[in-house]
Amino acid sequence: MSSAITKNLKIAFFSALLVLAVAYPVLGLKLTIVGIKLEVQGASSAALWAIAAGAIAMFFWQLFRSQLGTAWSHAPKLPRMPSQASDFLTQPSTQRWFILALVLVALSWPFFGSRGAVDIATLILIYVMLGLGLNIVIGLAGLLDLGYVGFYAVGAYSYALLSYYYGLGFWVCLPIAGLMAAFFGFILGFPVLRLRGDYLAIVTLGFGEIIRILLRNMTWLTGGPNGISNIDKPTLFGLSFERRAAEGMQTFHEFFGTAYQSINKVIFLYLIALLLVLITLFVINRLLRMPLGRAWEALREDEIACRALGMNPTVIKLSAFTLGATFAGFAGSFFAARQGLVTPESFTFIESATILAIVVLGGLGSQLGVILAAVVMILLPELMREFSEYRMLMFGALMVLMMIWRPQGLMPMQRPHLELKP
Amino acid sequence: MPDLYHYLQQLVNGLTVGSTYALIAIGYTMVYGIIGMINFAHGEVYMIGSYITFIVIAGLAMFGINSLPILMIAAFAGSIIVCSAYGYSIERVAYRPLRGGNRLIPLISAIGMSIFLQNLVLLSQDSKDKAIPNPLPGNFVFGESTMNGVVISYIQVLIFVVTFLVMVGLTLFISRSRLGRACRASAEDLKMANLLGINTNNIIALTFVIGAALAAVAAVLLGMQYGVINPHLGFLAGIKAFTAAVLGGIGSIPGAVLGGLVLGVAEAFGADIFGDQYKDVVAFSLLVLVLLFRPTGILGRPEVEKV
Amino acid sequence: MSRPILEVSGLSMRFGGLLAVNGVSLVANEKQVVSMIGPNGAGKTTVFNCLTGFYQPTSGNIRLDGEQIEGLPGHKIARKGVVRTFQNVRLFKDMTAVENLLVAQHRHLNTNFLAGLLKTPAFRKSEREAMEYAGHWLEQVNLTEFANRPAGTLAYGQQRRLEIARCMMTRPRILMLDEPAAGLNPRETDDLKALIRLLRDQHNVTVLLIEHDMKLVMSISDHIFVINQGCPLANGTPEQIRDNPDVIKAYLGEA
Repeated sequence: MSSAITKNLKIAFFSALLVLAVAYPVLGLKLTIVGIKLEVQGASSAALWAIAAGAIAMFFWQLFRSQLGTAWSHAPKLPRMPSQASDFLTQPSTQRWFILALVLVALSWPFFGSRGAVDIATLILIYVMLGLGLNIVIGLAGLLDLGYVGFYAVGAYSYALLSYYYGLGFWVCLPIAGLMAAFFGFILGFPVLRLRGDYLAIVTLGFGEIIRILLRNMTWLTGGPNGISNIDKPTLFGLSFERRAAEGMQTFHEFFGTAYQSINKVIFLYLIALLLVLITLFVINRLLRMPLGRAWEALREDEIACRALGMNPTVIKLSAFTLGATFAGFAGSFFAARQGLVTPESFTFIESATILAIVVLGGLGSQLGVILAAVVMILLPELMREFSEYRMLMFGALMVLMMIWRPQGLMPMQRPHLELKP
Repeated sequence: MPDLYHYLQQLVNGLTVGSTYALIAIGYTMVYGIIGMINFAHGEVYMIGSYITFIVIAGLAMFGINSLPILMIAAFAGSIIVCSAYGYSIERVAYRPLRGGNRLIPLISAIGMSIFLQNLVLLSQDSKDKAIPNPLPGNFVFGESTMNGVVISYIQVLIFVVTFLVMVGLTLFISRSRLGRACRASAEDLKMANLLGINTNNIIALTFVIGAALAAVAAVLLGMQYGVINPHLGFLAGIKAFTAAVLGGIGSIPGAVLGGLVLGVAEAFGADIFGDQYKDVVAFSLLVLVLLFRPTGILGRPEVEKV
Repeated sequence: MSRPILEVSGLSMRFGGLLAVNGVSLVANEKQVVSMIGPNGAGKTTVFNCLTGFYQPTSGNIRLDGEQIEGLPGHKIARKGVVRTFQNVRLFKDMTAVENLLVAQHRHLNTNFLAGLLKTPAFRKSEREAMEYAGHWLEQVNLTEFANRPAGTLAYGQQRRLEIARCMMTRPRILMLDEPAAGLNPRETDDLKALIRLLRDQHNVTVLLIEHDMKLVMSISDHIFVINQGCPLANGTPEQIRDNPDVIKAYLGEA
């Protein structure tokens, strides 16, 4: 009995020391530039107390781990939803009404919301679209693409360059941007998709970075680190939403004889984003019920079995990769239109990681999950402005924690219920 | 003669940087060899080592301690201790609970851990570059002058010597010691090693610690050589070291060394030809090319998939 | 006497220094059940892998209905009508049983992107027919009630049956079963025997079998090939093999 206690004590001490070794040098000491020299300053006493508290907490947790574990399992669980209610909710007809209601709400609320709210909602929609696109690649086909941001950049720069050099409008450039991204997806995917999971991840990451560095350095074409600015906003059948129209163009408020309201521009952009997202959702939902979508999922489950059934894995992977890239291209061109400005720094690996986090947290393969996760990931930092600099820190921690506690995501993908003919 | 000196200089610079890549790459390759996953957070451990180095050196300077041997020993010791603590903790927290099963999940956890660590340092230490003066100034000059000859700085010599000693030590450990044998057995067949009574959990933890310690050594050396650090250098260092590991043959320690040296030299000559700003493109392109055309690396053996 | 549909001669497979398969030859005629037996590690699964394109054989000749197929990649051989099951059942575990069967019909479905997007009548007809065929086969293997359950939740014997049903979705000419009776109790083995007979008699499928269950092999095979340590040892009808002294020695060692 005593040897168990001493063993636990040793482990507890070791763990506490570990916490100190990890926390104190990085959190307790700070390298500060004083004048021209570098100095080391101690952190605030609050921070130091927090570190000490952490170590002590770790000490006691390790010491009483087994007791705490049994206490936790005896704790009352949350009540489960009654089965009739959950059956009702998963009925296809119920879900259809629910989705219809959601779409109606989404279409109408911006006319009652504030400008800032609609703006954030548009940003969320961009990430929803990116998340859905990446979901095809990772969630459905099981290909770990860490360079997704590269296709996003291709879409954005396609519109920016076409607008800058040829003055083409948004609606013309939208399909072209998608095609360019698809093309890049095809070219990049072709040699790379036969690689194993981890390697594929790193290669795609490399590609994403290469695209960004090239965009930054090919100043003669892309404007270098400053990028391209003054990109045209989208128009509604030629009607611009600016206060004053450009040469030869009419503005929306002139045409309809209403007063100029800056919120109209924001609402218009929001509606375009909503349209794009709805189209994306429609396409993906159809694909899931088509041979191609099923092939993606089969490939993710077991590539060897797919080969044994006559499916060509390379073609299937390529289709997922290319289609995912296309949606990123659409999102990218909209992003360029909304911002009016594209620079290489908008397309770093952190963006890829953010989109990856959205897909993973939402639940690989689940569209509803992606939407929910995008809302959470983009909205929460906006609501908690004081904590905005902790956003990435929480992303990272959240990714680790979700993988440990709930790898299937917030809303795991549900299998469609297929009716067999009698 | 000037051309020859120029190329020799690039070679020397490349081999120097390459040997530090090799040190970090060994960490990747050892972990991959045993549990078959890429420790995405390894680059951040290196970055943390750089910060510890600077903290030790700047901190001791504040107390008026400027003697080089003391600074170096303290920097190595502090860096190795803290990095090892991080290496161990990362394995316990982010990887051990996820072992066995879907390959995607540990990889995502690793990416999350990498982002977490980078931002941890970013928030607690701020994002500005931090610089320290060169603690070991001075060069050896071969040839006629610094402009027309090959210049090898004392730090570069130090890098070579330390890296060489560490490699020798590691090789002896792996091949002669009992623990080293356990490491090799685990890398060959983890399940079997477990069944034979080797505590594979400890061996895996040890692998992470060794990798972290080596990254710490590299951090001290490169920190002294470049004299500037910021929280973002972990990402790039990690990618390059991983490239080196893959180039040489993932899972093979001599491969990691070879890969590191090759990458360092390729980068030096690449920067010479294409310009400094494309230096990183050289590394990424090399990575892509290797994975496309010879994924098993220079010293690796082709794997046959068992159906 | 039916004509040969699969002719293999001089098949060899070398892995580095190891010669796993050495000069194996076999012939399977239409509507036959042919078994490959031999002690563990004899190289039987390796032969399967070579025949189905998962390994590229080092040398040898494989003719499917007169056509050379050695060296072709796995999915191409599968499209020519040669499908297989695996020693460790390789179902799509998170997908339902019905989805497993639908995926396997990939090549026979309307895969036109626009047609699927717009739910054209042609697309809907194709999907309906696929569902009917899947339902038909679920019935054949007695798994109709599990149609919408994830394949991974089925019992082992049920998973094996599903895997065979999935193979039949591709309308194959040759069905290769790798140790289908492993882990089955005697009643399940009888069901398997009936299923194999059904496949051969009613669906014109040639069945190639790797098996260790001698009772099953002897009772169902039209022809048996024995392999030992990668080399062909004997071949013949079940009666011939049963009394062959070399075969007995290979399995039981010297008397």
